[in-house]
Amino acid sequence: MSASVNPAAMSCPAPLEATDRVQLGHGSGGRLSAQLVARHFLPHFENPALAQLADASIVSVAVGEVAISTDSFVVQPIEFPGGNIGSLAVHGTLNDVAMMGARAICLTAGFVLEEGLSLAVLDRVIAEMARASREAGVPIVAGDTKVVERGKADGLYINTTGLGVVDPNFRPGPSRARAGDVVIVSGPIARHGMAIMAAREGMQFESAITSDSASLAPLVNLLRDISVDVHVLRDATRGGVASALNEIAVASGVGIEIDEGALPVPGDVRAACEMLGLDPLYVANEGVMVAFIPADQAEAALHALRTHPLGAEAAVIGRVLASHPRIVALRTALGGTRVIDVLPGDQLPRIC
Amino acid sequence: MRYLAEYRDADIAKTLIARIKARATRQWTLMEVCGGQTHTIVRQGLDELLVGAVEMIHGPGCPVCVTPLEQIDKALAIAARPGVIFTSFGDMLRVPGSDCDLQQVRARGGDVKVVYSPLDALALAQRNPDKEVVFFAVGFETTAPANAMAVWRARDLGVSNFSVLVSHVTVPPAITAILDAPDNRVQGFLAAGHVCAVMGWEEYEPIAAKYKVPIIVTGFEPVDILEGISMAVAQLEDGRHEVENQYVRSVRRQGTPPARALVAKVFELANRQWRGIGEIPMSGLRLRPEFAAYDAEQKFGVAGLTVSEPAACKAGDVLTGRIKPPQCLAFGTACTPERPLGAPMVSTEGACSAYYNLARYRTAESTEVTP
Repeated sequence: MSASVNPAAMSCPAPLEATDRVQLGHGSGGRLSAQLVARHFLPHFENPALAQLADASIVSVAVGEVAISTDSFVVQPIEFPGGNIGSLAVHGTLNDVAMMGARAICLTAGFVLEEGLSLAVLDRVIAEMARASREAGVPIVAGDTKVVERGKADGLYINTTGLGVVDPNFRPGPSRARAGDVVIVSGPIARHGMAIMAAREGMQFESAITSDSASLAPLVNLLRDISVDVHVLRDATRGGVASALNEIAVASGVGIEIDEGALPVPGDVRAACEMLGLDPLYVANEGVMVAFIPADQAEAALHALRTHPLGAEAAVIGRVLASHPRIVALRTALGGTRVIDVLPGDQLPRIC
Repeated sequence: MRYLAEYRDADIAKTLIARIKARATRQWTLMEVCGGQTHTIVRQGLDELLVGAVEMIHGPGCPVCVTPLEQIDKALAIAARPGVIFTSFGDMLRVPGSDCDLQQVRARGGDVKVVYSPLDALALAQRNPDKEVVFFAVGFETTAPANAMAVWRARDLGVSNFSVLVSHVTVPPAITAILDAPDNRVQGFLAAGHVCAVMGWEEYEPIAAKYKVPIIVTGFEPVDILEGISMAVAQLEDGRHEVENQYVRSVRRQGTPPARALVAKVFELANRQWRGIGEIPMSGLRLRPEFAAYDAEQKFGVAGLTVSEPAACKAGDVLTGRIKPPQCLAFGTACTPERPLGAPMVSTEGACSAYYNLARYRTAESTEVTP
């Protein structure tokens, strides 16, 4: 050992700066955490409430009732044609708030990141999330990030909570369907579920099926603006239109009859469903709602919905009946009837 | 959607329904053999539209329904093993075994995957050389060529970590077994179009002649099925009993010879248990001895496993048309779509689950909402 060692020159090597992947340190609460927030989240989610970086954000709410909804998103693959988990997490929660007739005013977002997640993927997710939030005019005012060890999560999970102001004069609810209502569907069905399935299974169709993920608030606003007495609104997410209608039939204690021929199913989606033996009525949507409206106001409602691109293919698909309460029946193109039941679990592709 | 829209045309279908009703001088009892045809009949409500002219009995041609409990239990035993990736068509996942189903095995840590083709399972084996990949080879003659191809290619490629759990059944012995039953009511059959696309219809000709029943090779769309029924009713009214082909766009008399040849190279006929029906002699396919290395039963030592079916389940009587589902004591009580006792309650086209929903509807229909 030489005696000329200079203790002042000895120091631990500085920790490496963030790489291109999420590390456990990103969730430590230390410098890496601060970097993650400052470099990846804040530039996209810029808004005064969030910029405070306080323990909680303060927002102003008009006096009255508020609607609150929370949802967790665990979709795989994280990115799919038509969006990614980020836009989905915004649209999904905004739509739940909108279905109560409320106007959303802010969102919160909680992230669970898996160690090893590509920061480039995270950036794309955040960018899509910010785009969806900007387009909807609803800021993300609070957030949280946690990192779990590799293998303890599937890339990333997002939880969003939405807060909306209830309009006392516009109060749709699942138990308000009445005999004499018509059932309107706002657009082509089954796109999101088939887009995910095609992406997950690496299936090749002639054209890529894109998810319908979108905020339904503009359509709800159109109905509110023309003062239609909307009895029920429900976004037809997991379990598809069939499950949404069943929930409403039970909640309202009414029978629902829908016409097979009236269901808007895009050709490529129908072809994919045929190949896999799936029923589009049970396939998930992320930008389609069903609306229950008194028959005499249906024309006005359709007219209003069709002025927006998202509602261009809005159609009456059925009606509420006093008979067969709590049962959804489908009138086939040939005039036969079958019961549209709730699935016990996932819809499974058939052998033959 | 060429070749689909035409066969779902409501006007053509209504014309056919009118023709069948006009032609029938009494109510005839027909059986559609295949689960895919049952699916269309139930989904479109065709049976309801034909009341008075034709009674349709849903036959044993749903591979999910007839796979014996024993084979399901073998599947569950193999799928639960560490180091195994168990692959299956989707609708086998909910079929109850003696104490659970494949979905529950997955929840308990088994690696169970849904695939859309046995060749996908083979590719999975190539990508996972340290795992044993097993494919649940169920189905009628329809799925046999693809399953045979997977085994054939596995041998060609030297993939030794791939095997199949075979539960193949064949249609003609089932038809014969139904016709041999002393209380048989079936007067004519719609044979399964896709089975015949592979096998042709030569083997049905002696059955039609011996038992004096019309057998119509029929497709799966509403117009196909109504045309098949119309042809069967015409034969019955005329007193004829022939094999006729409705599904001309897909089926020839000799079937598809290369597919038949491949099936014959890989599989041989064997006795086979049918769920709820029992053993039907020479009604199944098993791997030939030269492919024993790809036989999951041997590889995992489950060949000796035998179990008996729950006595309360009358699936066999339902599948042979002896009783209607509501006549089973377990129907709607011990056996529901949420907790199925037998396979016909599992899939949406299973006869029991179709009746279960219809019964709910009929009961509810007679109830008016009190405002």
